[in-house]
Amino acid sequence: MNGALHLSDEVVASPLAIHGLTVSYDHRPVVHSVDFITPPGSMTAIVGPNGAGKSTLLKAALGITRRLTGDIRVFGKPYDGRSRRVAYVPQRSSVDWDFPATVIDVVTMGLFRDLRWWQLTRRHHRDKAMESLGRVGMEAFARRQIGELSGGQQQRVFLARALTQEADLTILDEPFAGVDAATEKAIVEVLKTLRRQGRTLLCVHHDLATVRDYFDHLLLLNVHRIAAGPVATTFTAQNLQETYGGRLGDVQLLRLLDEAPRESREC
Amino acid sequence: MSDFLMFSLVPLTVAIIICMSCALLGNFLVLRRQSLIGDAISHVALPGIVASFLLTGTLASSAMMLGAGVSALFTVAMIELIRRLGRVENSAAMGVVFTSLFALGVLMLEWNEVGTVHLDVEHALYGNLESLIWFEGTSVASLFDTQALSDLPPQLGRVAWMGALVAAFVVVFRRGLVLASFDADFAASVGARPTLVGLLLVLMVAVAAIAAFEAVGAIIVIAMFICPAAAARLMTNHLASQIAFSQLIAVVSAVLGYVLAGYGPGWLGFSVSLSAAGMIATLSGGLLLLACLFGPYRHRREPLG
Repeated sequence: MNGALHLSDEVVASPLAIHGLTVSYDHRPVVHSVDFITPPGSMTAIVGPNGAGKSTLLKAALGITRRLTGDIRVFGKPYDGRSRRVAYVPQRSSVDWDFPATVIDVVTMGLFRDLRWWQLTRRHHRDKAMESLGRVGMEAFARRQIGELSGGQQQRVFLARALTQEADLTILDEPFAGVDAATEKAIVEVLKTLRRQGRTLLCVHHDLATVRDYFDHLLLLNVHRIAAGPVATTFTAQNLQETYGGRLGDVQLLRLLDEAPRESREC
Repeated sequence: MSDFLMFSLVPLTVAIIICMSCALLGNFLVLRRQSLIGDAISHVALPGIVASFLLTGTLASSAMMLGAGVSALFTVAMIELIRRLGRVENSAAMGVVFTSLFALGVLMLEWNEVGTVHLDVEHALYGNLESLIWFEGTSVASLFDTQALSDLPPQLGRVAWMGALVAAFVVVFRRGLVLASFDADFAASVGARPTLVGLLLVLMVAVAAIAAFEAVGAIIVIAMFICPAAAARLMTNHLASQIAFSQLIAVVSAVLGYVLAGYGPGWLGFSVSLSAAGMIATLSGGLLLLACLFGPYRHRREPLG
């Protein structure tokens, strides 16, 4: 796909194809020459230790952070930040929850691309936002101040905002960080429903114990791409040790890998 | 009535427009924790104006405003540079830049003795709201007399343009402003261009500060960028009502401040009047204090379970 002369079919079909992506802060590469083609219809986890550049990879791919080099394609087209085909759920902790807004206000923000400046936010926009809230079980909170929400509720609101975008690919940055077990389960259900509808999900994920339960594809990242592919073949002791620099204990690895593979039962 | 038209109508209108425009932009500055930028930009107008005087030798408003505008842009660039190179937080970078540039302006002023011309620090700080006299405003009929209207102080026109521009900016960019202030990463992902919106906001702040600076001085501008919006934030948890509150507080400060400065001392038996700009700024500070003491949303509520 170099030079954009000829893109492989795989790249054209992929909702997000990353080629040669490098991002650096102060001359120190945070993400170095990463290639990754997101399989369409997959639920992919990006896994790696703290500081491995997982969030940065996504932000650079979306044009939020400046990239040094790299070619980003969304279904074969260069990504220009205006694509309606991609929705992004930032880390919950990246915003100020004291902001004067209600839950429905935040969810309606997902319709930004549908509303020109002279248009008012109308009933059907609100209805669409309410419907998304319903899908994450938060419709009763529509009029609540966002500052009153618990961490798990905040995360659901962010997910609802992404649902209003009706994108082919939803990118989530640590959607399970600091949320209670009930919320985690609810979010996973919503994500799995999306995948059943043929949508693609790409998640930065921290909890190695749930990788095989939640995801079918995996990108192991530690500044460089360590490995990528289906969870069944990629989630191996060797790959994990390489990703985490040999810092995982044997017992920990055994527990992660030795259980009977459970993946794709619940899907 | 003719007294009012001649002496009070223009200063009052100018004060109201400036207070409302600055308070409107102030809402977003407060939410973005950028309140100091208004302070910074109104201070660096001084070195800008002195430099433009030294270069062009005129005190024409256009040259002064251009000088102030260039120095505002220079300041924004410097703040960004210091923030990145020095790796300090935004407010520290702002504080360093505007105080040193303001000090530089004072030195330039003294060294070149522009001080002998009508350009002194005092004027820069309090402005001269009271001097905006409409000599032709002799009766209500003057309001419909083109001859008399053409004699209106030129500051009124400039301030009115600024007010219209600021209002148009906020209306057109309202969603982008809210999105960029609340969640810049998400804003970037949906093409709302948060960096551009942030720059435009600062540019609007510069336009408002400079137009206001010439008419009413820096004090009122700084106060209006912060006090009404900060007070309004304590009154409500909804952005639209916060903006409405900020506009109300701005108008009340402007009208009440102007009246109190002009007539207040008289009511107390003193035959003087006080600086209207100073009184307006003080009042807005007083209203902020009241909001701090009695505002219903002073405390952030604890998250539910």
